[in-house]
Amino acid sequence: MSTAISDDKIPNNVNLSSDRRLQRALEQWQPGFINWWKEVGPEGYQADDIYLRTAISVETDGWAHFDYVKMPDYRWGIFLAPPEEGRTIGFGDHAGEPAWQEIPGEYRNMLRRIIVTQGDTEPASVEQQAKLGAIAPSLYDLRNLFQVNVEEGRHLWAMVYLLHNHFGRDGREEADTMLERRSGDADKPRILGAFNQPIENWLDFYMFTMFTDRDGKYQLASLQESAFDALSRTCKFMLTEEAHHMFVGETGVDRIVARSAALMKSDPNEDARAGGGFDLPLIQKYINLWFTLSLDLFGGEISSNAADYFASGLKGRYKEHQHADHAALTGSYRMTVPREGQLVEEDVPLRTAMNEVLRDNYVDDCQRAVDKWNRTLARAGVTNFTLALPHRRFHRKIGIYAGLHFDVTGHRLSAEEFAQRRSEWLPSAYDAAYVASLMTGVFAPGKIASWIAPPSKGINGQSFDFQYVRRA
Amino acid sequence: MESPSHSPGPSPVFSFSTSPDRYRHLRLSVSGGAARLVLSIREDEPFRPGYVLKMNSYDLGVDLELADAIQRLRFEHPEVRVVVVTSDRDRVFCSGANIHMLASSTHPFKVNFCKFTNETRLSIEDASTHSGQKYLCAVSGACAGGGYELALACDDIVLIDDGSSTVSLPEVPLLGVLPGTGGLTRVVDKRMVRRDHADVFSTLAEGIKGKRAVEWRLVDAVAPRSRFADVVAERAKQLAAKSPAAPAGPGIHLDDVDPVVEGNTLRYRHVTVLLDPARRLAELTMHAPEAAPPATLDALVAAGASLWALRAFRELDDALLRLRFHHEELGLIVLKTRGDAAHILASDRALAAHADHWFVREVRLLMARTLRRLDATARSIFAVVDEGSAFAGSLLELVLAADRSYMLDAPGVTVHASELTGGALPMTHGPSRLALRFLHSADRAREALATAQAAPLAAADAERAGIITLVADDIDFADEVRIAIEERVSMSPDALTGMEANLRFAGVETADTKIFGRLSAWQNWIFIRPNATGDRGALTMYGRPERPQFDLRRT
Repeated sequence: MSTAISDDKIPNNVNLSSDRRLQRALEQWQPGFINWWKEVGPEGYQADDIYLRTAISVETDGWAHFDYVKMPDYRWGIFLAPPEEGRTIGFGDHAGEPAWQEIPGEYRNMLRRIIVTQGDTEPASVEQQAKLGAIAPSLYDLRNLFQVNVEEGRHLWAMVYLLHNHFGRDGREEADTMLERRSGDADKPRILGAFNQPIENWLDFYMFTMFTDRDGKYQLASLQESAFDALSRTCKFMLTEEAHHMFVGETGVDRIVARSAALMKSDPNEDARAGGGFDLPLIQKYINLWFTLSLDLFGGEISSNAADYFASGLKGRYKEHQHADHAALTGSYRMTVPREGQLVEEDVPLRTAMNEVLRDNYVDDCQRAVDKWNRTLARAGVTNFTLALPHRRFHRKIGIYAGLHFDVTGHRLSAEEFAQRRSEWLPSAYDAAYVASLMTGVFAPGKIASWIAPPSKGINGQSFDFQYVRRA
Repeated sequence: MESPSHSPGPSPVFSFSTSPDRYRHLRLSVSGGAARLVLSIREDEPFRPGYVLKMNSYDLGVDLELADAIQRLRFEHPEVRVVVVTSDRDRVFCSGANIHMLASSTHPFKVNFCKFTNETRLSIEDASTHSGQKYLCAVSGACAGGGYELALACDDIVLIDDGSSTVSLPEVPLLGVLPGTGGLTRVVDKRMVRRDHADVFSTLAEGIKGKRAVEWRLVDAVAPRSRFADVVAERAKQLAAKSPAAPAGPGIHLDDVDPVVEGNTLRYRHVTVLLDPARRLAELTMHAPEAAPPATLDALVAAGASLWALRAFRELDDALLRLRFHHEELGLIVLKTRGDAAHILASDRALAAHADHWFVREVRLLMARTLRRLDATARSIFAVVDEGSAFAGSLLELVLAADRSYMLDAPGVTVHASELTGGALPMTHGPSRLALRFLHSADRAREALATAQAAPLAAADAERAGIITLVADDIDFADEVRIAIEERVSMSPDALTGMEANLRFAGVETADTKIFGRLSAWQNWIFIRPNATGDRGALTMYGRPERPQFDLRRT
């Protein structure tokens, strides 16, 4: 075993020290990963000590170990949730059969596609966020950014582990390719649209962690149901980390909203911009943008792939055990479908509608967060504006509404009308320039940018003014 | 196998004519010696209602435009040396024949559709080989199934290297059918992909991308998005340079050849078809030109699309397509001719004399393609040489293409070969139809050709020369023909199709005969098997919530 590949350097619960296949694969891949991290990972902070959480085991006291660490030395580990004795498949055509410890050949290609698509999002988001360090609103936020980044890196490791351990040579090649694609690159773009979208400022970042990482939560939750046990256990453990990312996003937006409300109340014209904050209509536009980009990640409303994945037992529903019928063969799902220029109600076979079923869970969750932000506004005394999710037909690039135009309430528009009114709903170059004008780094402990409120508490029981990042 | 609720196919009145100004799915542009054919398939304009042409998938409507574009480039733009086929869809080149269209089509429609698309792909290769119009497929995104088969028909395939775009033949793993539009054949026979690589490729639904696609010979080159247009342009230039010098135009315009339909009669200028549903046959008559051909080459070119040889064979082509698609139950085509044989011979003589002129070459190539369409038509074909007939020269090919021929033994009823009989109008695998009658003896074939070219042959001589199946005098003739027809149409249509296809193409195998004889035959068998089209077959279940179930017995 090379010195880089050891239980000590790579915390794991997959018997790395006795698994020659995994060792060989990681010996090849690990240096490539470190090179990738240094080349396109967080810019400008690679030599600094960051107060980070590292998972060193899956036990309750092991998955959240805090200490200062330089990011390239971060101990990216491989963890699967503990096995469940006698686990059986919970849905689809194989429901009731024992869960698969090895991949059935029949589903090998489909599973690889699922894992590669999920895995590709992890390094993509690190690339998207690489330049944010220089304009962080506080050390607390800077540290949270890096925590998200290293954990996305670990999630890449998790997917790469599955590829290395279960997909032979093809799997190793796919793992290498994940380090070759680049977010937003014209020639080698990342697989999914939202992961090629630039994240240029911290408003984007919070919206991304709120909305796009939340797609990740639902994807992982439905893969946690998978008949393929290693995928299920991997995703289960990843979900604990993903929860932190969404916490960063949801509270980040909430802190921005709180700050905007406070600035409005302190200005005679109720103008948040006067005090160096974001006005609520601008925040709404960023919600509109990132919510809809993220909706696309769930895939087409009517999807034979989704049906295949469910039928084969590869991907279930969110909290599948809460459903009564795990075959989902007889049910249907009513949705609004464009047919010859009209929107009509149609009953779609339930299995074919699985993407939409998952999207429903996601939309409910997002609505819950928006309601919370509105309570923050109300508490601050802002009563003339409420935030809202746009209609799910609005601004879609994937699925049955792609290519058509709708306003934020779901009414059909012509392409010309949409182009004319686009900047009412989505950030314009002017909006982006205003956001950019507020993006200046604040690095003194306990200090924070003008456009966001401090958090109610710090990380791991530390205070807000804790030195979360120590410059080298 | 299909439930009655499935729509039976397009309504039986559609036309096969189209032109660039009427295209709905393709965009054809020509600039100098280069043409660009862009697949921009409108998903909301399927050929018949009931499915949506997503992801640049195609149906008959799209393929009619493709066939028209290929044909038109040859006649209207002879200066074109290279044709770039590409797509204007982001990340999709073409996803092949529309699955929902196939799954909801009748078996005869599927088979006819596949045969037509095969003929269209062959016409691309024909244009490349004989007209010096090279095809480059610029695969700018996912290229699956029939999309890759279209690429395979081109001379050069450039695949975008964006880390995700692949070429693939997902039919076997995904749909339980074959890539039946030449896919399997061209992978191993044309591109000479190793058989083990071809095996892996043809079972890998997601396909193969980038460097490996080149290593395995599945594509000729890959290029990143930023350099894709440059690489395509550069390779197109190189490809054009390989072609013979472009002929001096201008081209000639192709007008529509639709027939006037009056009840059971389809009336073209030089072709008449009488449909006889009661007797389950169609009588197709080709008329000789009414005058000798234009005397000079210039006048010949000036005649353009109205030149008899071009017009008459385009009409025959249209008639054959109509019989295939609109009149599935007419099991027998009775071929007849009328008019002055001397005019046909004069026409052939002109086409032979000016064979090196681009227009004459294109007319001859079109005649050959049309006769190959006849060879590949799954109907019994009888030629009836009767009073007033004119089976001379290029129309003698109808006798030679027929499964059988009946000739009236009477004064003035003759058959006569011409300069074009000896190989100018070859079958799909190379030989002339006359030579194929004498596979056992090249001498005998030469002798028959010489005899038939030397002078008009009356019935007895034609029989002796080996050209006619059965000769009868005026007392017996009508009855012989009637009984033969009645007997023929009483037999199993399937067995007849199989028998005829096996007897018509004696001699060597080529990629073409493998496509029509092996690939298509297997495909058509698989199409009716429960594993594809049964209630739980893979094609039936595609896009549905349940997984297919297979009958596991290998046959």
